[in-house]
Amino acid sequence: MARPKTRAATPARRGRPWTFYALATLFALYVAALYGPMFCIYILSFQDVRGGLVFPMRGLSLHWFVDLFTQVRTGDVNGAFDRSIRLAVIVTIITVVFSFMAGLGFRRRFAGDTIVFYLMIGSLVAPGLVLGIGIGLLFQWLGIDASWYTSALGAQLSWTLPFGVLVMFAVMSRFDHAWEEAARDLGASAWQTIRLVVIPVLAPGLIAVALFGFTLSYDEFARTLQTAGSLNTLPLEIWSMTLNVTSPSLYALGTVTTIVSFLIIGVSLGTIVLIQKRRGPRAPRH
Amino acid sequence: MKLRRNLTGWLYVSPLMLVLLPFFVAPLLVVAAASFFETDGFGGLLPNFTLQNYVDVLSSGLTFNLYLATVKFTFFTWFFTLIIGFFVAYFLVFHVRNQLLAIGLFLLCTVPFWTSNIIRMISWIPLLGKEGLINSALLATGLIHEPLEILLYSSVSVVIAYVHQLTIFMIVPIFNSMARIDKRVVEAALDAGASRFDIMRLIIVPMAKSGIALGSIFVISIVMGDFFVVKVMSGGGSASVVGAFYEDIGVLQYPTAAASAVLLTLVLVAVIALILRTVDIRREITR
Repeated sequence: MARPKTRAATPARRGRPWTFYALATLFALYVAALYGPMFCIYILSFQDVRGGLVFPMRGLSLHWFVDLFTQVRTGDVNGAFDRSIRLAVIVTIITVVFSFMAGLGFRRRFAGDTIVFYLMIGSLVAPGLVLGIGIGLLFQWLGIDASWYTSALGAQLSWTLPFGVLVMFAVMSRFDHAWEEAARDLGASAWQTIRLVVIPVLAPGLIAVALFGFTLSYDEFARTLQTAGSLNTLPLEIWSMTLNVTSPSLYALGTVTTIVSFLIIGVSLGTIVLIQKRRGPRAPRH
Repeated sequence: MKLRRNLTGWLYVSPLMLVLLPFFVAPLLVVAAASFFETDGFGGLLPNFTLQNYVDVLSSGLTFNLYLATVKFTFFTWFFTLIIGFFVAYFLVFHVRNQLLAIGLFLLCTVPFWTSNIIRMISWIPLLGKEGLINSALLATGLIHEPLEILLYSSVSVVIAYVHQLTIFMIVPIFNSMARIDKRVVEAALDAGASRFDIMRLIIVPMAKSGIALGSIFVISIVMGDFFVVKVMSGGGSASVVGAFYEDIGVLQYPTAAASAVLLTLVLVAVIALILRTVDIRREITR
């Protein structure tokens, strides 16, 4: 491990090359462009009743948040919110379980694995609206009513699952098989190995899959558009708002959805930290 | 033994297949079937085999223009997301020496991804609009005397919105593949007298190829399959293949919509197959 120490002594490594400053500037500009517009709408959502869609900011109040959740003309934001959260939770659970299993399956080659792999890639890149129409037509032909918890759920899974499995691939490629073999040598059954060794080791990866599943579902639009049935999910509600509403309540909605997203990330990261903490002191006891 | 291994493999992927078969394979087959049907004009489909839908789509001059517009948006978005995504990833992996800082900055790039796409799209209105910040700033400095109309509701704003939304899809896979490059290889090349450009050309780009390919697949398929960014950000001034498809659905022209969907899918498959020819992503990902 002497290598990192000698690195600093290499003459070529001393000082920052000009490319560092150029790229740091690029990075700063990218982050500014990434956050700038969003902060604009967060700020503008706190205007008072005179507020408009552009700067300058007029007054300071929570008027547009109240407007968002009470006005009839902005549609059923509460219901859509509720449905989106429920749908995202169901999608997350299924995505985590199914991706984990598929990830385990893909560790060894089996007959037809390439077909499964490319089906997955196909499902990932298929135009969402086309797939949505197909699912809508399929349900129509089968005489099943489309709804957010059947057709829309399936439509979203056809997009979150491939993502989840790809993340599992990335996570599992760093998994050391020696741990599993050690567990097996010590007499653990296949299920015990998975439950006591594989799942705990991969836990942060599984949480990453869960986060992916949740946000992809919570934000999914094209696949849900034709499959949600009569009741809207939140992105569909936002979409219809962008066509009808030209007031800062649109921005207020942006602020609220962002806060919800951040709460979810906070909880997930907190869970990771908690798992890591619990893991620490327990290890020596074995 | 081999049979058992195959069985176990299929057992593990069976839940995945239980979703993909009814919600990916079957709908595509339904769309393909519908593209050969006749319509009664009221949204009903008559199962009489016809090629008329394809003739209609292919003979329409509009189709060509739609593809041209879509290819234009796809190319520019791909180009800018690739350039920005590559250099951002490169900066994070090779220039930020503190690994914790690099991960923190990486997370900083991914955070906006957790908020609604539509919200992120409309968030450009206060900046790019006629009375937006950019125009106001330019007017105030005296650089221009009339607001630039081209900033919002134009092809420029469509590409800006796409780049804003999709650069992350380049950063993540490229970052991932670059992070696996052993830094000692780069140092050895430096010691051997290679220039920065040589290192970039001969080591970094080839080794980040799988990430670039994966990012390109994400970006290209999303832009080609999207319609609502074009619809909102162009203010109705531009159309795209999927946008036209959506209009067809709106007036219940399912068969022609299905035919254009099949065509789009074929084009998309061709583009992605072209990318996959250069990189075996299966091997790269599972390695």
